[in-house]
Amino acid sequence: MTAPPSAAGAASSVSAASPDSSRSSPGSALAELVDITKTFGALVANDAISLSVLPGEVHALLGENGAGKSTLTRILYGLSQPDSGEIRVDGRVKRISSPADAMEAGIGMVTQEFSLVDTMTVTENLMLAGVGLGRINRAAARAKVLAAAERIGVSIDPDAIVEDLSVGQRQRVEIVKALFHDCRVLILDEPTAVLVPQDVEQLFDSIGRLTSAGMGVIFISHKLHEVTRIADRISILRRGRIVASRPAAGLEPRDIAALMVGAESVAAPVASAENETLADALATSIGLDPADLDGPSVSVGGSALPSAAIRDRSRATRATSPISEATALQITDVTLGNDGSRVLDAVTLSVRRGEILGIAGVSGNGQTELVNVLCGTLTADRGSVMVDQTEISGLDPAARIRAGFGRLTEDRKGSVIPGLSVGQNLVLEDLDRFRIGPFLNRGAVREHVQKLIERFDIRAQPGDPIRSLSGGNMQKVLLARAISRGPKALVASQPTRGLDIGACEYVYSQLRALRDEGAGVLLISEDLDELLGICDRIAVIFSGRIIGELPAADATPEALGLLMTGHDTGAADDSDAAVNA
Amino acid sequence: MRIMLRARESRWLAPAAVLVAVVITLLLTAGPIRLAGANPVAAYQRYLVTPLTTVNGLSEVLLASTPLIFTGLAVAIAFRVGYFNIGAEGQYLAGAVAATIPGLYLPSLPAVLALPLAIGAGLVGGAVWAFIPAWLKRHARIDEVVTTLLLNPVALLLVQGLLNGPWRNSESGFPDSDAYGAGYTLPAIAEGGRAHWGLIIALLLVAITWIVMSFTPLGLKLRAAGQAPAAAKFSGIPVARLQWRCALISGGIAGIGGASQVLGVQHQLTAGISNGYGYTGIVVATLGALTAGGVLLVALLLGTIAVGAQNASIALQLPTQMGAIVSSTLLLAVVSLVALRRYRVVFRRRRGTPEHDGQATATDAQATVGDR
Repeated sequence: MTAPPSAAGAASSVSAASPDSSRSSPGSALAELVDITKTFGALVANDAISLSVLPGEVHALLGENGAGKSTLTRILYGLSQPDSGEIRVDGRVKRISSPADAMEAGIGMVTQEFSLVDTMTVTENLMLAGVGLGRINRAAARAKVLAAAERIGVSIDPDAIVEDLSVGQRQRVEIVKALFHDCRVLILDEPTAVLVPQDVEQLFDSIGRLTSAGMGVIFISHKLHEVTRIADRISILRRGRIVASRPAAGLEPRDIAALMVGAESVAAPVASAENETLADALATSIGLDPADLDGPSVSVGGSALPSAAIRDRSRATRATSPISEATALQITDVTLGNDGSRVLDAVTLSVRRGEILGIAGVSGNGQTELVNVLCGTLTADRGSVMVDQTEISGLDPAARIRAGFGRLTEDRKGSVIPGLSVGQNLVLEDLDRFRIGPFLNRGAVREHVQKLIERFDIRAQPGDPIRSLSGGNMQKVLLARAISRGPKALVASQPTRGLDIGACEYVYSQLRALRDEGAGVLLISEDLDELLGICDRIAVIFSGRIIGELPAADATPEALGLLMTGHDTGAADDSDAAVNA
Repeated sequence: MRIMLRARESRWLAPAAVLVAVVITLLLTAGPIRLAGANPVAAYQRYLVTPLTTVNGLSEVLLASTPLIFTGLAVAIAFRVGYFNIGAEGQYLAGAVAATIPGLYLPSLPAVLALPLAIGAGLVGGAVWAFIPAWLKRHARIDEVVTTLLLNPVALLLVQGLLNGPWRNSESGFPDSDAYGAGYTLPAIAEGGRAHWGLIIALLLVAITWIVMSFTPLGLKLRAAGQAPAAAKFSGIPVARLQWRCALISGGIAGIGGASQVLGVQHQLTAGISNGYGYTGIVVATLGALTAGGVLLVALLLGTIAVGAQNASIALQLPTQMGAIVSSTLLLAVVSLVALRRYRVVFRRRRGTPEHDGQATATDAQATVGDR
């Protein structure tokens, strides 16, 4: 361990964001992460993060994808090693280099993917977890299962075969399995993502029983209303740092949304406000907060109006030429999934030429599926997609590319052939252009590739295997491939995730250039700064539905944050007010 | 000391790995050869050198290699596009059966018609045998490994059933077919040798495969489809269609292999026609790195060892199985070293960060790859 940080230093990194931090009694914490830093190449996944779990506490961890939540929990559970920082259990420094160490220290984790053997019974599965040398005592294990089930207040049939169980039941078995190791800190990684509402209730009941027995729970979720219900303390991660950590009591989903999207300076006075209700405080600060907006602002009837300062700042980056009326990409009534569970629900969007339309939303609200439907790797149940004047919804991916549709998906590595070279990947989608009879025109390919490498500043040789490229360089290859073809419409999903600042800027400049050339860009992102920075309009997706749309010049992180948590009525008011003004 | 993933491999690494593998094989197999009562050096000379020093030996090597080139190429083409055809054995047998049909029922055709007809029949026979698994894979997503493998014994039973039933030898009554008409003989390449024109067909197919894979857009698409099917699909490459076509072509080539063997060597259908060539083809394709040139080289090497093993069993009283031991050891050594060449061993010079040694291997490797 390098340079063990002073306790004061660790505390200050949190207290900067939360003056009321309750880390005054670090000795009583069940488990503590102190100054954890973890980098992957140029990307800082965890930047001096400190976090503690107290007995009887549910500590919720929130943040966008890639904010560093899973890296942090993986470190606590021994699946990953920090570059610096330490883990303390019961106040003593503990080295956790494997899940076995974590279990021994009383830390358990339940991930979204269950690790149960489907063909075995519940008891057998749990016996596997503790199997060693010597005889197996089935009766004792069975009794232990029943006792553990009792402890979390559920009924589990110890003799049921796992594959016959529902997802909710399997999760209970996983929790029981974690409890087998005398676990005192339980990490639940998005436990409700896979559950139906009734099972969520049951899970919350179980969590309540465990914490009242003195256990600590780390709870990761994207669903803000759940977090406000169950958590005692909420920490919000953003770009590898904890931007806020505060008691959950009194926090509303909208407050958390504001914190998540980076409006911490807006929300700061909220927490210190004593008698005023938090929602009101936020509503006020949305309209009028000189500290944040740094300029004169107007508030009409309490509804959100953007400040002139924000408008001016953003305008500089927006379309200089007027947006054309012609649509580049028209998505109409795209629906996926049956009536019970719609993944996409009548999504209708229209991107005009010379415009960047952003889609904001908390991850998992249908963004990935929408991109896959647009790319043709997933078939929608209903709806139409038009690029320029061409209907593409029935076409295969190759025909969509020919129709002028460009793609930058969130899965960069899934968009290239890792074993082929940079050059081969660059021409893979345009092979018909480099053909002499049945043969590949190698000279033309070489020339084209060299030109793209120079134009897009790709730091690699044409013959290098693409898997050896950094994330930013690989994104440049994908940008080059998509943009050099002169697409009429481009969808870019999380195009800057995991990239360093320089690479992000590069991606933005390319998207802007494409927009200025008259293409329509659909930008899907979880980063509101990004969306506010380069979009002309921003739509918000929630539960597979587009629940609101704002001109970017009128959008504020707060207004978008509200929409992202599903408050569509409020949003309508906001945009109306904006239009009327 | 740490083992790290290489960011880039230099050109000489692959040949060097094969060379080291050969040395390891020689060291490992010296023991068994000594136990069998022979001098290892003399034995290696018999296995690898003697067959290539005489014209007759050379001809025998080419003869032994010919079916392996066909099956190896068939497997390589299918594997390349991500279709795991384990059924070259069955397709080879089906090709031999199909080539037998005109040979028995149209015996009087002149060679100029008979040979194209019989070889074409072999192609169709192999493709038909590959059709069922390929169809099931495309339309019902049934794993081709299982279906192609299970059809192999079915093909063998078909051969045996035909030979014990309608095609039983009319003169001897043995379960071998009658000899084909005179036109159904692939001529020898050189007077006196047994190597036949089947080899020329095989070499032609090797050349075509090499050209397609290396110089055409189709080759690039096939490689993409095989390496990363999801990404290939995303890039507009019709992966399922390519796999379907390559499955049929693969079966067809294995079928020509079967036809070439009955037309060039046996001139009749026998139950022992295959000798496991279809399965050995998987070894040939894998060792040859799924490339046309690699398949050709490995097939020639295994052919040499097979002829050498015959030679050694007579001259040194070594059991012929020793040849299989040598080639199997070579296979394992080459496969391990080819995998290992992707890594490099790093000896640390700096001190002071001991905690990195044990735990950080994986991430360091990634970082090395990343910052190329």
